[in-house]
Amino acid sequence: MGVIDDSEQAEAVLSDSVIITQLDKVVAWGRQYSFFLYPFITACCGMEFMSVAGPRYDIDRFGAALPRFSPRQADLLMVVGTISHKQAPILVKVFNQMTEPKWVFAYGACTVSGGMYDNYATVQGIDTLIPVDIYVPGCPPRPEMVLDGLIKLQEQVVKERQTNRVKGIAPVGEADDRIVT
Amino acid sequence: MITLPDLVETVVKIAFILGLTIGFYAPIIGWIERKQSAVMQDRIGGNRAAILGFTVIGLFHSLADAIKLIFKEDFVPRGAETALHRLAPVISVVPALIAFAVIPFGGTYNLWGHETRLVIADLDVGVLYVFAIASLATYGVVIAGWASNNNWSLLGALRAAAQMFSYEVAMGLTIIGLVMFYQSLSLVEIVDKQENFYHWGIIWHFPAFILFLTCAIAENKRIPFDTPEAESELVAGYFTEYSGMKFIMFWTAEFLEIVTISALCVTLFFGGHQIPFVTVSGLIDFLGFLGPNGANAAAMLIGVAVFIIKLTLLIMLQMSIRWTLPRFRYDQVMKLGWKMILPASLIWIFLVGAGILTGVMPAV
Ligand code: SF4
Repeated sequence: MGVIDDSEQAEAVLSDSVIITQLDKVVAWGRQYSFFLYPFITACCGMEFMSVAGPRYDIDRFGAALPRFSPRQADLLMVVGTISHKQAPILVKVFNQMTEPKWVFAYGACTVSGGMYDNYATVQGIDTLIPVDIYVPGCPPRPEMVLDGLIKLQEQVVKERQTNRVKGIAPVGEADDRIVT
Repeated sequence: MITLPDLVETVVKIAFILGLTIGFYAPIIGWIERKQSAVMQDRIGGNRAAILGFTVIGLFHSLADAIKLIFKEDFVPRGAETALHRLAPVISVVPALIAFAVIPFGGTYNLWGHETRLVIADLDVGVLYVFAIASLATYGVVIAGWASNNNWSLLGALRAAAQMFSYEVAMGLTIIGLVMFYQSLSLVEIVDKQENFYHWGIIWHFPAFILFLTCAIAENKRIPFDTPEAESELVAGYFTEYSGMKFIMFWTAEFLEIVTISALCVTLFFGGHQIPFVTVSGLIDFLGFLGPNGANAAAMLIGVAVFIIKLTLLIMLQMSIRWTLPRFRYDQVMKLGWKMILPASLIWIFLVGAGILTGVMPAV
């Protein structure tokens, strides 16, 4: 069989019978149902976000209810609303301050592509600043769409390799407030 | 001289308390908090996390949270005091746990010729011990705030320190009337004296109960007294810079303190393990058909169950308070503590003294 140096290869060789694989699954299960949100709300989409969190649509059903306003404790960065170029450094900073594992949710047309603000002042899609995991367009998106996006994100989280997943810092700007190890 | 049965008994009791608090109540309180908030806001609350298709009314969401937080990055900010930053969550959790040592969760039972008292340590000064330990929790908070090298953490820690010290004074004074009434500082003795239902603390000391619960919630920094972690002002207060497991330790400390407060309330005001109008010896006699050992064991189980039921009801009461009231402003918190609760508890001490002197209150 030779030496198994790569965990991917190890997984293939040892299949489902070994605890590493199972640990990955358990971690995925936990992460999938436990998103602590960081609501980065800047504009009109925020109203719809309230609706998603409220009684009618209730995002808590999927385990993604608890807002943590400290980025250290948050898992899912909800970017809700227009991001202007003035706002961009703050968004990057918050993203950098979040601890691993972290995901980014682009909520609304403005965050996906700049939306109707096709001008010099607005960031044309937050994926020019930070890596985005799920895009939900709409101006604003309907709550059903947001829930659908969240479910899709959960499916994606299950598929990811969990135990050594590092997203790191944003590709733009300086990361002066975080020690990268 | 410690004999082997004594040692075994103590170890079993400690294991039981740890299992009850960390193993049972910590996740259950997390779940109650979530579900109760959902119900009170007319929502459904977490119900998707399932194991083998079972969701157990969302209970597995607590498990998912725990798994995720264990595998979250363990973060120490730049410029922080690394050692103290690591130590602070521990200092917060431990006092909440060891305060349980003096709280009786059952009576005295004779099992197979071995006298078993359901309290880990029967101290003469149990009440003082609880207060001494409770004030240790302040260190955890202050160290956490200081070691994080963050403005919000430090401000939160300072607020927490001021608030906890202020309310400790008032909390101590609310209990004085009770101590005068029962003429003992030992929690075991206080519970034994509540065997008679008409001597329960809640009947003679209802104002003290209200004051004590208010102070205890303030001491625990829960809403409506959560100014040390006020999100709109201080991001997350003294634990802003904590992530993953260390963050959940602060939460656990908070949950355990809820349990400790409730246990103390049950012990002081609601007769601990006592059932109204039923004495422990009467219960053992009634269960006599099970044989002497069986009767004692059954009475023990009933006593523990009664204690746990009372405990859970008080925890639910605290949760309802938490989801009903909005947060006080910081100066209002201080004003309430020093200008209202403190004088009120002093007046109550005077009234109890007068009551005992004139014979209005029964001698117990
Ligand atoms: S997508 Fe539309 S609703 Fe949302 S922030 Fe932009 S303009 Fe407002």
